[in-house]
Amino acid sequence: MCQNTTEIPDESRRDFLGALTASVAGAGAIAACVPFVKSMSPSSDVLDKATVEIDISKIGMGQEKTVAWQGKPVFILHRTPAMISEMESSKGGKDPEPDSKRIQQPEWLVVVGICTHLGCVPNKTASGWFCPCHGSVYDNSGRIIAGPAPKNLILPPYHFVSEEKIVIGKA
Amino acid sequence: MSKKIVAWIDQRFPLSAFVKHELTDYPTPRNLSYWWGFGFLAGFVLVIQLVTGVFLAMHYKADSNLAFDSIQHIMREVNYGWLIRYLHSTGASAFFIVIYTHMARTLYYGSYRRPRELLWWTGQLLLLLMMATAFMGYLLPWGQMSYWGATVITNLFSATPGFGEDIVVWLRGGFAVDDPTLTRFFSMHYLFPFIISAAVLIHLVALHTVRSSNPSGLNLADKDNIPFHPYYTIKDLFGLGIFLLGYFAIVFFKPDLFIDPANNVPANPMQTPADIVPEWYFLPFYAILRSVPDLAGGVVAMLVSVLIFAAMPYLDRSRITGGARYRPIYRTLFYVFVIDIFVLGYVGAHPPASLMKLTGQIATSIYFLTFLLLPFVSRWEEGRLLQSGKLPADVVDMARKEIEASHA
Repeated sequence: MCQNTTEIPDESRRDFLGALTASVAGAGAIAACVPFVKSMSPSSDVLDKATVEIDISKIGMGQEKTVAWQGKPVFILHRTPAMISEMESSKGGKDPEPDSKRIQQPEWLVVVGICTHLGCVPNKTASGWFCPCHGSVYDNSGRIIAGPAPKNLILPPYHFVSEEKIVIGKA
Repeated sequence: MSKKIVAWIDQRFPLSAFVKHELTDYPTPRNLSYWWGFGFLAGFVLVIQLVTGVFLAMHYKADSNLAFDSIQHIMREVNYGWLIRYLHSTGASAFFIVIYTHMARTLYYGSYRRPRELLWWTGQLLLLLMMATAFMGYLLPWGQMSYWGATVITNLFSATPGFGEDIVVWLRGGFAVDDPTLTRFFSMHYLFPFIISAAVLIHLVALHTVRSSNPSGLNLADKDNIPFHPYYTIKDLFGLGIFLLGYFAIVFFKPDLFIDPANNVPANPMQTPADIVPEWYFLPFYAILRSVPDLAGGVVAMLVSVLIFAAMPYLDRSRITGGARYRPIYRTLFYVFVIDIFVLGYVGAHPPASLMKLTGQIATSIYFLTFLLLPFVSRWEEGRLLQSGKLPADVVDMARKEIEASHA
């Protein structure tokens, strides 16, 4: 026993207790951050808009319609036979992918309308899309042909409910 | 009466001692030029931004359905709302003009050198905080440029390896920039200026520890100093008068000078404007981002281009004081760098057509080359100058002392 003395019998025990206390406090502080960090992730009402149903019967041959899904634009392109044959014969650019892997029905191309470079919305051209921000060029299969974008336009999960309706957000 | 009050306070708080130590007795080199007044100007603009910002927040609505219209409300209906808004929007640009000049002075005169490294780094931290604040504030009007600027910049985080996409969604609070993004940017835009104010205090504590540098670069010690007050309070106030002439000329006669016309169109997530450009003060860095063909590479290059200033105390290996004043080659590098920044700014403001792209890539290379060559050029120039015998004797003395100190 160390009564009536200021000597510390084993200093390393104090150091250990100090380190232990500090680690518990540190872990607690980190745990306390979790709710705040998570509060910044998409809230449930944002997540609720996960799917959207689109009527495609009014999109004429060769026309493109831009619809909103999860706050992002989705391009629905009604492709002409000429576009289809041209796309089927091409492999794309720096991210090669056959056209057949990018569609469910050859007449309908459904892609997320966000440039894979920095997120701008490309504009429709006769041969595909052109991004006004940094000049990326996509073909009518949404594949990157030229410019700084690294990847083809992303395919959203979707399925045909009928000939005239598709649901985007769920395969 | 007032003496009694001060005495009463002094017993409880070191008021007089503080004023004496930091102002009326604070030793300042007597040869400071007007280039040394930009720190004070930056502090003044910070106060303008804080005051106008607090009053704008009384009328602004951080809601994606109301934000754009609330700016119109401020401009048309709020008493003097137009004035407060233009003071704030012009103030943002004025802040960057002042800070970039402040930094250029530091680079020209070598004020970042030992023992002022920490002073320089706290300044670097302030620059980063300021850039973040300006970027988030720019989303608040919820115009097309606001929206797409925020989209592009938050998307830069997708270059993070592994979980880039998750970070982007987390930052935005949704799958695209939307209401959750607007509200959090508003919250942070209100918070950051207070963090900046605290960082300014730290910057000032560091400054008052190492004291001001001066154009001669000589350590004037205590022999050639004058008190800050009244000499430099008066000089700074005169500089402030000149600054305010320019500032108010823009506020009153050309208030939309720094406002992109496309930002008068409400944000539309379905349509990107034909030409998106960031605010002028980000253009050189934006040009660097675009000059690298690879996304991750571009982001890294842009980050490094901002952070590389912190390495200056180590990149500049010359021990001759006075920055560019006695060093012709360093001076040439400085001016090449300044011109290069203007070229990058011009490139950043224009669509990346082929010639513009090439110019941007060359200018980006020069930007980094000036930093990378500096360690070799500065040491080589030091030896040449010390042998030339053209330097003033006290500059040579100081350089020799510095060299001895670095050997010890």
